Amino acid sequence: MTSRRGRLAIVFWAMAMGGCNRHQSVFASFGEEAADINHITLVMVAGGILVAAGVAGLMAWAVRARPGALSLRGGERLILIAGGLIPALVLAALLVFSLPYMRPRAVAPANLRIDVAGEQFWWRVAYRPADGPAVVSANEIRIPVGRTVLFRLAGGDVVHSFWIPGLAGKMDMIPGRTNELPVRATRAGRFRGQCTEFCGLSHALMAFDVVAMPAEAFDRWLVEQRRPAVASTAPGAALFLQHGCGGCHAIRGTAAAGTIGPDFTHLAARATIGAGTLPNTEAARLRFLREPAAVKPGARMPAYPQLPETEARAIARYLGTLP
Amino acid sequence: MSLHAQDDPQLRRAQEERLRAVWAPPKGWLRRWSDSNNNAVGPWYTSTAFVFMLFAGVLALIMRAQLAVPENDLVSANTFNQLFTLHGSAMMFLFAVPMFEAVSIILLPQLLGARDLPFPRLSAFGYWSFLIGGVFVLGSIFFNAAPDGGWFMYPPLTTRTDLSGLGADIWMLGLSFIEVSSVAAAVELIVGVLKCRPPGMRLNLMPLYAWYILVVAVMILFAFPPLIAGDLLFEMERLLDWPFFDASRGGDPLLWQHLFWIFGHPEVYVIFLPSIALFAMLIPTFAQRHLLGYPYIVLAAVGTAFLSFGLWVHHMFATGLPKISLAFFSAASQAVVIPTGIQIFAFIATLAAGRVIFSTPLLYATGSLAIFVIGGLTGVMVAIVPFDWQAHDTYFVVAHLHYVLIGGTLMPLFAGLYYYWPLVTGKQLSDRIGRTAFWILFAGANLAFFPMHLSGLMGMPRRVFTYPAELGLQGLNMASTIGAFLFAGGVLLIVIDLLRSPWRPLSPRNPWNAGTLEWLATPSGEPWGVRSIPLIESRYPIWDQPDFVRKVDEGRFFLPDAEEGRRESLITSVLDAKPVAVMRLPTPSFVPMATAAALGGVFILTTYHLYWLALAAAVLTLALVLTWLWRTAEIPEKPCKPIGHGIDLPLYVAGPLAPGWWAMFITMMADATAFSGLVFGYYFFWTVHPSFPPPGMTGPGVFWPMAALALMVLGWAATLAARETNRRGAVMAARLLLALSALAGLASIPAGLAGPWLSHLDPTLHSYPAIVWTLTAWTVAHAGVGVIGQLYALARSLARRATPTHDADIRNVTLYQHFLLFTALVAWATLGLFPEVA
Repeated sequence: MTSRRGRLAIVFWAMAMGGCNRHQSVFASFGEEAADINHITLVMVAGGILVAAGVAGLMAWAVRARPGALSLRGGERLILIAGGLIPALVLAALLVFSLPYMRPRAVAPANLRIDVAGEQFWWRVAYRPADGPAVVSANEIRIPVGRTVLFRLAGGDVVHSFWIPGLAGKMDMIPGRTNELPVRATRAGRFRGQCTEFCGLSHALMAFDVVAMPAEAFDRWLVEQRRPAVASTAPGAALFLQHGCGGCHAIRGTAAAGTIGPDFTHLAARATIGAGTLPNTEAARLRFLREPAAVKPGARMPAYPQLPETEARAIARYLGTLP
Repeated sequence: MSLHAQDDPQLRRAQEERLRAVWAPPKGWLRRWSDSNNNAVGPWYTSTAFVFMLFAGVLALIMRAQLAVPENDLVSANTFNQLFTLHGSAMMFLFAVPMFEAVSIILLPQLLGARDLPFPRLSAFGYWSFLIGGVFVLGSIFFNAAPDGGWFMYPPLTTRTDLSGLGADIWMLGLSFIEVSSVAAAVELIVGVLKCRPPGMRLNLMPLYAWYILVVAVMILFAFPPLIAGDLLFEMERLLDWPFFDASRGGDPLLWQHLFWIFGHPEVYVIFLPSIALFAMLIPTFAQRHLLGYPYIVLAAVGTAFLSFGLWVHHMFATGLPKISLAFFSAASQAVVIPTGIQIFAFIATLAAGRVIFSTPLLYATGSLAIFVIGGLTGVMVAIVPFDWQAHDTYFVVAHLHYVLIGGTLMPLFAGLYYYWPLVTGKQLSDRIGRTAFWILFAGANLAFFPMHLSGLMGMPRRVFTYPAELGLQGLNMASTIGAFLFAGGVLLIVIDLLRSPWRPLSPRNPWNAGTLEWLATPSGEPWGVRSIPLIESRYPIWDQPDFVRKVDEGRFFLPDAEEGRRESLITSVLDAKPVAVMRLPTPSFVPMATAAALGGVFILTTYHLYWLALAAAVLTLALVLTWLWRTAEIPEKPCKPIGHGIDLPLYVAGPLAPGWWAMFITMMADATAFSGLVFGYYFFWTVHPSFPPPGMTGPGVFWPMAALALMVLGWAATLAARETNRRGAVMAARLLLALSALAGLASIPAGLAGPWLSHLDPTLHSYPAIVWTLTAWTVAHAGVGVIGQLYALARSLARRATPTHDADIRNVTLYQHFLLFTALVAWATLGLFPEVA
């Protein structure tokens, strides 16, 4: 439903306005839903400019017009036609034009389901392919290009909202309810999504990475994700368990099986940590571990002031070895 | 008194002396605060709301400073969340709505040629409640205890006591208190418009501002109570752990969203329509002709009010509701453009047809219309569901709502300020400063808010205390920050102009050559409002009725004197404004202030969980209210008095002729609306659960609810019988019946409580027992208030302050009982019978 010219116009418009954000913007669309909405946007912006200019022009004329430029009859006609009839027709047309865009994409049983639940302030992710076991992950979402994917969205603790501007519109995540959002990506790339319902202290720091992959590469990746974490003899692996990190975080294949915090099984493959807050570097992981409240106010992660620097560093290094 | 008597200048001077003495405001540094006249309370109210607006504006400037650059750490996340919560809440609850009511308290008596509003002490009570509640809520930020859950306070973030603190209680209880004062003012304004118009001012001759007051006050009456019901459920969950919004125990966070937005969307029009009303007053003045399309404007205002109650779901397009209901609410949201268009084009047509004088107020009016139109167009965009899925909760919406509110509330208020300042203070503001400020405001608003459309679509969510540099939003945000400070500079300039005005010379009377009644006011400011209450034959009497101003000033119309030394005004009939009675108005008193303080105590002490003290404050409030009523209502020393032109009017009326009866009726409409909000909750739970009441959970049974219903019906019937027997002169029988009705009402309380109590319903287990207890508590509490009313009527009869011919008390009590009967029928049938059929 998207005209090529429309998309181009939007891109130029966005660039002209100084936008250089290619990751989290409706103007950098990589999904059919987002592209469709851009189409509506373009039509409405053009119409809006016309209406605003028309009303402003009419107002300027009215103020300058010589007294009696408008008779009583003419005035009443102006009120009813310009104020009532024309808006009614334009809006009815707009409504009819927009309704088809509300229809959600059809989902087949064979399509991939991805369960996402919002938690203060991170994302619980589970891939549920039709033909295999589920894969649990966190704070990063990968989707295949050209295939329909159904997001099933739930609120974990409080209300959150799931928004990937380049892919589709947003959908709230409400405790006690499950909302569905079917999407289809149109091009591969690395993008970003963010929570858009105020959810507490670090609402601003609740983002996630989105990776759209060619379908075959995605299938290989998903199979790869099913394997447990590589067995490690690194000192950090033992320290991780010893300090009780496994009480909240799971690393499949080890004794760590907590579900209170994000899953770390393949943490090293993610680009960011702390739900899109810091780059996934050893220094950043160390910082988060030492002072979580400074990085992310209100996060459930407790501080470990008694943890010696060397041991904390060992854990941070170990987490970087979980591809 | 004959017409020709007014030819005698000595008589006129004597009358003026008497009027001046009667209406003189109380003097002295303390006593002056006991004033209740609209000329005092209105300006206090307006200045307080203005100061709260400046305070909320400073909060916004701190936010804009924080967001000027990415990853800034000027303020912490904790502070930032308090800032935006308080900014939004204060602008809505402490500025926009109270400001409308404050301005209306100043203007309405002037517009209607009345000497004051019908319940001056109620205005004073509303003002003191507003001041206490506002200072309580805003002050919390200095103790780092301000609410921080957003002005919409979505649970469970705000109801879980492990995730939110005192701030949530301060929001709920502090603002509930202010909502009570808003509803009180709405009651006052509705009765004022309906019952206090000058003779001859039929509904279709009313100044449009009065029409808008009527429409907006009615909207407040139906919009605020659902929120008050929501607040009640909310605090029950926070304080008592009743799980209305806890999904794990059968609650649903969406129930709050529905109740909040059923309030929240009409609220938008509650604060926008008064600005249109100001335009409707000043545009005819500066076009020097009648407003074109008066009936269309009235219909459009009423239509907007109706539609505004059918739009709330457009704040919930992303909550996953069924697509069919989204389509319906999308269509309704767009439909509201049509009445708005009619109103705007009526102004354009009037300007085109008239001889335009381009004054400072008109500059503000046209400028704000231009800004408003942009906000309206983006409003159409977000009403389109798919677009809203992208724009919702991003800076696009921040841009939209600020265009609407600056163009539709703030700038029109400045237009009104420059227009009406001479009316209120007798001084004119500076044209030069006003115009300079306008252009700064205009540039600032556009620079601040236009870029937000883009930053929103480029991925900036609302309510974020920071954003990463990688989003590339720094340029747009910096522009917004500069624009915000520019805008603040414009506001500062206006404040300077206001502060300079006491040193400016007096302006002439009616400086804009306006045609409407309020411009009878003299610059030197006589305390009596109007010299004589005129007979109205036109919408613009100063322009159209010959010698109008002179006749008013020479006391040639009605009530030109205060022979008995009492404050008086006229009561007229609702539709055609025929004189009905002379209303005796109360004098200054500290009782309203004390009552506001006591009621404030109830809310504030509950916030700090000081329940016994709160209960004591509640008892004190009740005692003060009863004292207030007891002293205000009196039997006049003579049945009738002449008001001039050979007309004799009664000094006492009861029932639908009396303002008091209307106030009771209107208050109970609001009360019934709040009750409907609770009942909505019950049936909402029924729709979200596959079976409700949930299997395995017992209800209150059938017997006790039906017993309570029977007793309440008995109490109602006995009250009705008491009214009738009293009217026929059988005073003793009436007293016995009142005693019987009180007994029946009293007995209905334990009967009502017995249902859930004897079935061991634990309200903390599940939403079902919680809502059952809530409806029960609401209904028996109303029965309790009914008993107090019945005993009050009995005491009045025993004290001979109520007689067969002076029976306003018992009539009002009966009216209350009618509403109680409705409440009882719905509540007990829902609780007792619905589980049997569901």
